[in-house]
This record gives sequence, structure tokens and C-alpha cells, in this order.
Amino acid sequence: MALTNYILVCGGTGCESAKADQIYKNLLTAAQASGVGDTVQILKTGCFGFCEQGPIVKILPEDSFYVQVKPEDAEELIKEHIVKGREVKRLLYDKSESKKHARVEDIQFYQKQFRIVLRNCGFINPEDIDEYIAREGYVALERVLGDMSPDDVIQELKKSGLKGRGGAGFPTWLKWNFTKDVEDDEKYIVCNADEGDPGAYMDRSTLEGDPHSVLEAMTIAGYTVGAQMGYIYIRAEYPLAINRLKAAMQQARDYGLLGEDILGTDFSFDIEIRLGAGAFVCGEETALLASLEGNRGMPRPRPPFPAVKGLWNKPTVINNVETWANIPVIILKGGDWFAQIGTEDSKGTKVFALTGKIRNSGLVEVPMGTTLREIIYDIGGGIANDKEFKAVQTGGPSGGVITKEYLDTPIDYKHLQELGSMMGSGGMIVMDEDDCIVDVTKFYLGFTVDESCGKCSPCRVGGRTLYNMLDKITKGEGEIEDIDKMHQIGKAMKKASLCGLGQTAPNPILSTLRYFEKEYLAHIKEKKCPSGKCKELISYYILADKCIGCMACARKCPVAAITGERRKIHRIDQDICIKCGICYETCKFDAIYVG
Amino acid sequence: MAKMTLQELRALREQKRKEMKKRDLSDKTMQVVIGMGTCGIAAGAKDTLNAFIQELEEQQVSDVIVTQTGCMGLCYVEPTIEVIVPGMPNIIYGKVDPEVAKNIVRDHLMNKKMVSDHIFDRPAADIIDQGRK
Repeated sequence: MALTNYILVCGGTGCESAKADQIYKNLLTAAQASGVGDTVQILKTGCFGFCEQGPIVKILPEDSFYVQVKPEDAEELIKEHIVKGREVKRLLYDKSESKKHARVEDIQFYQKQFRIVLRNCGFINPEDIDEYIAREGYVALERVLGDMSPDDVIQELKKSGLKGRGGAGFPTWLKWNFTKDVEDDEKYIVCNADEGDPGAYMDRSTLEGDPHSVLEAMTIAGYTVGAQMGYIYIRAEYPLAINRLKAAMQQARDYGLLGEDILGTDFSFDIEIRLGAGAFVCGEETALLASLEGNRGMPRPRPPFPAVKGLWNKPTVINNVETWANIPVIILKGGDWFAQIGTEDSKGTKVFALTGKIRNSGLVEVPMGTTLREIIYDIGGGIANDKEFKAVQTGGPSGGVITKEYLDTPIDYKHLQELGSMMGSGGMIVMDEDDCIVDVTKFYLGFTVDESCGKCSPCRVGGRTLYNMLDKITKGEGEIEDIDKMHQIGKAMKKASLCGLGQTAPNPILSTLRYFEKEYLAHIKEKKCPSGKCKELISYYILADKCIGCMACARKCPVAAITGERRKIHRIDQDICIKCGICYETCKFDAIYVG
Repeated sequence: MAKMTLQELRALREQKRKEMKKRDLSDKTMQVVIGMGTCGIAAGAKDTLNAFIQELEEQQVSDVIVTQTGCMGLCYVEPTIEVIVPGMPNIIYGKVDPEVAKNIVRDHLMNKKMVSDHIFDRPAADIIDQGRK
């Protein structure tokens, strides 16, 4: 007998602990008892996220989503849903009659995600232009070339409220409009694909999964502002994205969607790829343009802005990958549609790369205004290994931390800035109780110091000085005055640095000083690292009342610092110990103490 | 293909849409779509792909198209794949190593039974499909 239904029981650790296993068994028993054992398959699945509403049971093909299911509900689910074909209303997450989630107001779908930028990622074969075309690809270009004037396009963008997704959040329509209004026979379109923030990879995934969306958007921009040439500046470390872009460009040319007389009109536009050598500063637009011209990648003062004087001193529209990927959808569905999504100040969605101590790491795209709690707990499934949430770092080396108290802040440009962080490109690194805030901050400062181009002294000297102070503090040599000095230097850098790199480099310090001053003081005054991360400040000891003398730690110690006989209490020789922590991880009896 | 005009592009889109739909409806063609972004490949998607091709050959299942796509966003369970079998709900599987791939061929593709413990969910509803009638 053929299967007609599939019951999926969430088997993530969150739901496992909430009796998912018992539900699974009860469902099996109930199905047999009701005589539907042959037509329904009951399965355990991976984690669906949304663990707070767990245990979760989903029944296909109806796509019924049941939450907070108890083991005793199993029988009802089988008898009602499977046998009689009636949904068990009281357990449904979405109790409304309509099963359609198409309208924007309905996107509080349990998944919480809404995919505009990533609409095709994971759907289409990125190496086949036909699949893109079949999913409304190049409809926007068609419409723009066929029925819209450049001013119409700008109007649509203005209505949408789209802001640049690269970090600074400048209104996209305004940028385009500046370039459109400048009289010049040569103009350029540039795609910034120099994604460099540690932990951010949404641009790479977009280009790998849906290269045509960016090509289509750049062509639309070319038509709108009157440019005939576009460049994609992409880091050489993204070979797969580069290959897929190249293939996509060739296919588009073959179809007449790039090149001379596009789609039989008299509009011509072509795109070339330029590889970056992986300097972080080249993500800054003026440095990127310098690098495109073949010069050393260093920023220059603005104004004049690239929109007026950009590549080879010609008016240039430069946007980041994620911004580009939004454009075709805005044309397709209209600026008004787009403007319904998100908050007053920030429209649309944002892609975040959720990494760190999170259970379900991955790329998530959520409407602006979604709270951190929803992202971390509902989508991300909470903190890995049931540890305590400490903070989340957003905006990479230019951003700051957000603590527990602010988990319910809606995420948009304005709110993140108020919290002393920023949207940045959308890296989101989750930290738990084991992460030392000073150590993490030192990592980010180390990154910006390495990546500073050295042109202006606030960044070159200021960054190094800040780094040195953090280094001192993590070694227990910090002084109380250092905190004031770091504030001073940080503020000066913000004001005096030439480009975004230097202006934002002190953000991790200023933000962590704001929320975790106590932790800095513990390092400075008590010479202690509360999270046990800063090696110079910690020692490992063996607790005599817990050690059973199993010798496991002694065998694992790489420097043989642990002595002791079988069944007798062991000892760590502090002079030999290199504080690698292996004994701590090895001990099954919590007998190793970090202090 | 030669360069297209607006009308030709529209015609091509209609044709491709129908083809994709047909693929979903006909009782002949099944699809295995493998997430082949950098993240998937780093997690072993190429081995998974090879395992599928090998197992399909060994089991002499010929009406399956194995294709690739980009990152689905479920990086914690890469490699991820989607299995589309006419008459069954589309299913996303995560942590698909060569061993699991073989099980999917035998159970899901051949016997129309899903494989436990590896089913995941598509992270969001499809906005493109919603706009289309």
C-alpha cells in the first residue's frame, strides 16, 4: 500500500529533551492501532529551529505545523489528522483558517525568514541561465527596457526605501540619481564583492547561488544612469563564485542579455570581472576604485563622492552584492511592495551569516526589525551545548557587541547604531560564557591593524596603540588609566581617520567597554580572566576532593606537567604547564579548576 | 542560441516554466538537487554527488536527474540536498554523506519512503512562486 502521509517529528536536541522520542514512539503505536501503519511514515528529523515552541511535529503533504506537542497528543493526531483528515486545530501554530502565507503581513510564518536576496539560492542551478529565466529572471530588465524611463526606475527605488547593504546604509536611489544627473558620456557601474569581514559570507553565497541576479541588476543600473560598462570587483579567494559569474556572463551574452543592443533595443552594456588581492580596505569604495584603476588600494577623502567622480574620475554607481540582488525584485514586485517589509527606518530584509556558538549556524534572511532573540533562538536554535548566551558581535571588525539586555531590540540601521554597533555587511557572531570579551576585542583590533593601509596616521598609529593596550591587559599588565586612554584614542580615531576602516576600527573596543567594563577591570585590577581564556591570567589546578586518580589527564598532557599515581590525587606543575586546557577538557569528574 | 529580442525572451520563459512544471508533475522524472556552494563542497558535497551517481548506476535507476544549486543556508547540516519525487512532498535532507546518499537512493527514490533523522526544512517560503499563478 502506498504511503499517503508523512509525519515528521523534530529530533533536535531541544525537542529530544522535551519528550520528542516518546511522541515518536506513541505515534508509531497509535498508527498501528488505528490500522494506518502502512499508509503513514513516521520519521525523526533534524532540528527545525523554533525550539522554544518544541516539540514540533509536521505532517506532510498538508504541511501542518504542530507545536508544543505532548506524548499524549499522538493518538489524537493519528485519529483526527491521518484517519479522518482533519487538522488538530488546538496544536497548530498558525490557527487561522487561511493556509496562505503569501501576503507580507503574514510573514510571521514560523520560519521567520523571508527570502528576497536569497530567493533563488538553493532553488536553481546557478550554472543554467534557463532556470533563472524560468523563475522570473530578467523580467525586471525586460520591463525596464520596455516600459520604464530612467526616472521611473529611480522613483521605484525611492519608493522602496532600499539602503545600501554594504555597511553605511546610504539610500540607493539617491546614489543612482546623483550619477544619472551628472552630464558625462562615460559612466560606470561597479559591484563591490570584496567581502572581507571575518565570519561574513552572504555575498559569496549569493554570487555562487544566483549570479544572474547581480548581472541583471547592474544592467538595469547601466540603463538608468546611462553607463555602458560595469565591473565586478571580487576577491580572488572566491574561485567558485568567480567561475559561476564568468559562466553566467557568457550565457547572458549568448542570449543577448549583455553586450551590444540588449534584447533588440539600442541599449548596450557589458560587465567585466576584476580580482582583488584580498585587502580588507578595498571593500571601502574609494580604495576599491583605486585598486580597479590599477593603483594601490588606498582610500581618498570624500567628497567628491564616487557617484560624481568615481572610476577614472567618471561618475560611478557602486553598490554591494546584496544591494544589487534586491533590485530585480523591487522592479518586479514594485517599490511599494518592498517598502511594506521591514521598519520605518529600514526597508526590506537583511541577510545575516549566523556563526559562532550557535546551534544552527547558517545564512538567514529576515525582514528588518526582526529581533536578535528571534534570530538566535527561533532560527538559530539557541546557544550550542546549552551554554549561557553572553553577547553577539555584529558588523564584524567595524561593529560592536550586543548583550542579553538588548536581545529584544528590533534590528535595523538605526537601532544597531544606537546600541553602538552597526549593520555592517551582516556577520553575526554569537558568543557564550566561555568567550573572553577582551580577547575577542583583541582579535578584531588585530585584524584591523593588519588590514590598515597605513595612509592616515589616526588609523595606522591609533589602531596599533589600542591593540598594544589590549595585549597588555590580556597579559595582566594593564593599568587602570588604560581604559581612559582607550576611550580617548578611540574617539579621536573615529573623528580623524580618512575612511570607514579607521573610523570604525575602535568600535569593538568602545562597545565592549560600554557593556563589559567589569570584565576589563577584572583583567586590570584583579589580574583575572573571568572566562578563563587569557592564558597569562589563569592557572589550572586539580581539586583534591574530586580527583579519583584515573590518570586520564596525565596521559593527555602534552608537556607531562601532571604527576600522580593511579588512584592517588594528581598534581599540576605550574612551572611546566603551558595552559593548553587539555586536562580540563579531558577530566570527566570536574576535578580540574581554572582560576 | 542567437541573441534574443524581448518577445523571444518572453517565449523562452514560458517554455522553460512549463518544462519545470512538467518535470514536477510527470511520474517519470525524479530530481536530486545538491547544494554546491563553497560551504557544501567544503563539507563534502562532491563525495555526496559521486555517491549518488554511483548508487543510481548500481541500482540501475535511470529516471533521476542529479543537478546542483547554491547554498540553501543550512550551513550547520551541510552537505544539504533536495529530493523531488513526483507524488511526494519535496524534501530537504541535511548531513548527507555518501552512506546517507545511498539510503536516500534505496529508500526515497526507489521505495518512496523517506529517510529518518536527516530531514530538514526549507528556511523560508518561496516568494517567487507565490507571485505566480
